[in-house]
Amino acid sequence: MVALTIPSIGRRAENTSPPSAVAEVMAGCSRRLIDQSLTARYSDWIAEALDEIQGCFLITDPGVAGHPIVFASHGFLAMSGYSREEVLGRNGRMFQGPATNRRSVLEIREAIREERTLQISLLNYRKDGTPHWILFHLFPVFGVDDGRVAHFVAVQVPIPRRSRSLSEARCGGARGRLFGACRNEVRSDCDLGCNLAADLFVDVDNRGLEAEESREASEQEKERASDAANSILSALTQYSKLTGRVVSSQRSRLAGISPLSSSLILSLGRIKQSFVLTDPQLPDMPIVYASDEFLSLTGYSRHEILGHNYEFLNGPDTEVEVLHQIRQSIQVECACTVRLLNYRKDGSLFWNLLHVSPVRNASGKVAFYVNVQIDENAKSDGLGLSPHMRQLGVVGAVKVAVRSLSLCAGPSRPSS
Amino acid sequence: MLTIKRVPTVLSNYQEDSGESRGCGRNCLGKCCLPVSKLPLYAFKSDARPEISSSGVDEPPSDFFLNSLLLGGWEDRMSRGLFRYDVTACETKVIPGEYGFVAQLNEGRHLKKRPTEFRVDRVLQPFDPAKFNFTKVGQEEVLFRFEAGEGDKARFLESAAVGETNTPSVVAINVSPIEYGHVLLIPRVLDCLPQRIDPDSFLLALHMAAEAGSPYFRLGYNSLGAFATINHLHFQAYFLTMPFPVEKAPTQRIPVVKGLSQSKVKVSKLLNYPVRGLVYEGGNTLKDLSDVVANSCICLQENNIPFNVLISDSGRRIFLFPQCYAEKQALGEVSQEILDTQVNPAVWEISGHMVLKRKKDYEEASEEYAWRLLAEVSLSEARFEEVKAYIFEATGLESEEEKIEPEENKGTPHQSSTTAVAANHFPEGCLILQ
Repeated sequence: MVALTIPSIGRRAENTSPPSAVAEVMAGCSRRLIDQSLTARYSDWIAEALDEIQGCFLITDPGVAGHPIVFASHGFLAMSGYSREEVLGRNGRMFQGPATNRRSVLEIREAIREERTLQISLLNYRKDGTPHWILFHLFPVFGVDDGRVAHFVAVQVPIPRRSRSLSEARCGGARGRLFGACRNEVRSDCDLGCNLAADLFVDVDNRGLEAEESREASEQEKERASDAANSILSALTQYSKLTGRVVSSQRSRLAGISPLSSSLILSLGRIKQSFVLTDPQLPDMPIVYASDEFLSLTGYSRHEILGHNYEFLNGPDTEVEVLHQIRQSIQVECACTVRLLNYRKDGSLFWNLLHVSPVRNASGKVAFYVNVQIDENAKSDGLGLSPHMRQLGVVGAVKVAVRSLSLCAGPSRPSS
Repeated sequence: MLTIKRVPTVLSNYQEDSGESRGCGRNCLGKCCLPVSKLPLYAFKSDARPEISSSGVDEPPSDFFLNSLLLGGWEDRMSRGLFRYDVTACETKVIPGEYGFVAQLNEGRHLKKRPTEFRVDRVLQPFDPAKFNFTKVGQEEVLFRFEAGEGDKARFLESAAVGETNTPSVVAINVSPIEYGHVLLIPRVLDCLPQRIDPDSFLLALHMAAEAGSPYFRLGYNSLGAFATINHLHFQAYFLTMPFPVEKAPTQRIPVVKGLSQSKVKVSKLLNYPVRGLVYEGGNTLKDLSDVVANSCICLQENNIPFNVLISDSGRRIFLFPQCYAEKQALGEVSQEILDTQVNPAVWEISGHMVLKRKKDYEEASEEYAWRLLAEVSLSEARFEEVKAYIFEATGLESEEEKIEPEENKGTPHQSSTTAVAANHFPEGCLILQ
């Protein structure tokens, strides 16, 4: 039996310099999604508007698999040393490194999962590998129409080392402006001959920096973070009115209740197989989630199928007995595997090895059904798992995600 | 000899027949069957990572492979009826409070039969082939072998012959799961190792955490005396897509005198948590981190101190909890009210995930109850400091808090930075620090 190698795309990258060729291709494919992420909601003018805001910040889209960065400000790029191309499409954790406090990483992950604001000191790494402390201010922006998180915004304010009395002596007057500023800003404001900007941001003793357990941000830095956050929110809100897909900093109570939180969508987005989730509690058991792979398999776009019953894949040549079998399994809340003839949007046929399974949430009751499709004629992905095992892998991953992510008594806070 | 009536939990379908040897032809994991069998094999990249880099490591591999393999296999065994109950049908909730302890109502997890008597006052006990062990498990309970492979990439073989010369390590289902995906990692199953930590096995467990790549997949270990149920070396693992309370607890770094800890492993103390414990992070390589923790565990074993270990954050953060609950229980020092809830505080419970047997307990579950139960488990502050000192000495870490003359320390760091520490060996010439 031939051993099959598991591709390690992006997983064992040892450094954060230019991505490998394969990763570049992948980034290219989803580049369209990245570009459209902002313009679809905030219009084509949003990039210009955001460019006018001072500060270091990133905008990410939790609705796209991998939760990628879709915007990086000039200030951010200057501070971190990366180019825009190196950052767009990647996940924000690329700036973390060996000495980044793991508990802080946990707090960020949880704030994203619980869709709330977080302000925390964090050790990040620049492109050249040097670490630096920042005040990290994260907040969600909700779509008023569906109540989902449209984007997360991460404002970053550098926290300089405090104990340098030398700095006070050298730059007494300009000190107020030098602290907490991004490099660009500092250069323009700094007195001639004052090289303090370089001193502030290049730590001579990196090991010393990494040994620091934490670094408190000053009130001034916190204010800078809030100010930048407000400017960004303001711009996003204003421009979202141009497309009608308005956003707000608060989740609207009037929004249609979407059963899927962005954390569930993020988890489901990691499953790279064709599947849909249907909701048995809603009339006609509509599709509430469809993976990208399902859309490629069937030729439909997401908005064409969300809210519809799954049966649009069936057609005149689909065996009625098989459909009956599926319905019966659903009635008794059992899983089933069938083989049936299905139709793509363009009318072409394919043999679908379909597995349908109930998925329970934390209450122990069935919350969704997951339908996992395998096109019988599709090439094997060469990873060595039989199609059936791959299907069951999807079911398992969905079950874990739905059960755990419905487990909230309300967000719990880590103690400070 | 201290004994207690544990609340028993069955890990394997074959456990109930312990004592009966069914002979071969049953496709078990013993020497009779396993070497001539074929099982799926996941061979991970065995070079220690040169550095623990963050880029992309938080994310499971792009195709989610190990997770698919594990979860797919688990779902398959579910459809074959190999589990004692459907854990997803068990109600679960987060207890309101600061920490968010997780409670589950599971009336079926605990057996209704007389438990096997088990000494609880000895952490190290020899393997007893007459008692239930994992060689008696049927192969249908095994999902795949998990071992170090050659080369620089992970590989998967759907059906690999085990062979006579191999020492296979397997991942098997836990038939009384605490959550969906609950499995057992059994290192070198044929070697019939008793439940005790050794550096190689611990490293295997860390590799599994790293390979799964998800911060929500943790591994846990219970020593004898800390509610291990079977004296055959095994770790447990499952998915829970939220932080465990212990992972959220603040920690305080224990400053280590520079230069002596070449491996760059950081040790911290858990703060503001009912069970006192140590947290290990960092290290130049996975093996560095693994060795420090393994040596700490070995030190506890040698000193007959029961303990639990939680491997979290994809193998980057490891919690070590020395405990004393079983002893307290045997001496009658635990309140009846707590005993009545029949919760054995093993690693998952200590981490904040409690399975409750009675509806009343589940409905009334509060953070206060969880805290009270876990507080019984913890060593006292004084005893913890003592134990911490043993551990530091054994692992060659010198805490800055203790002032020592430099000359007397020269022997220690070199001896402890070598890889495997022989089980009975403490570094020569080390100081007993008071």
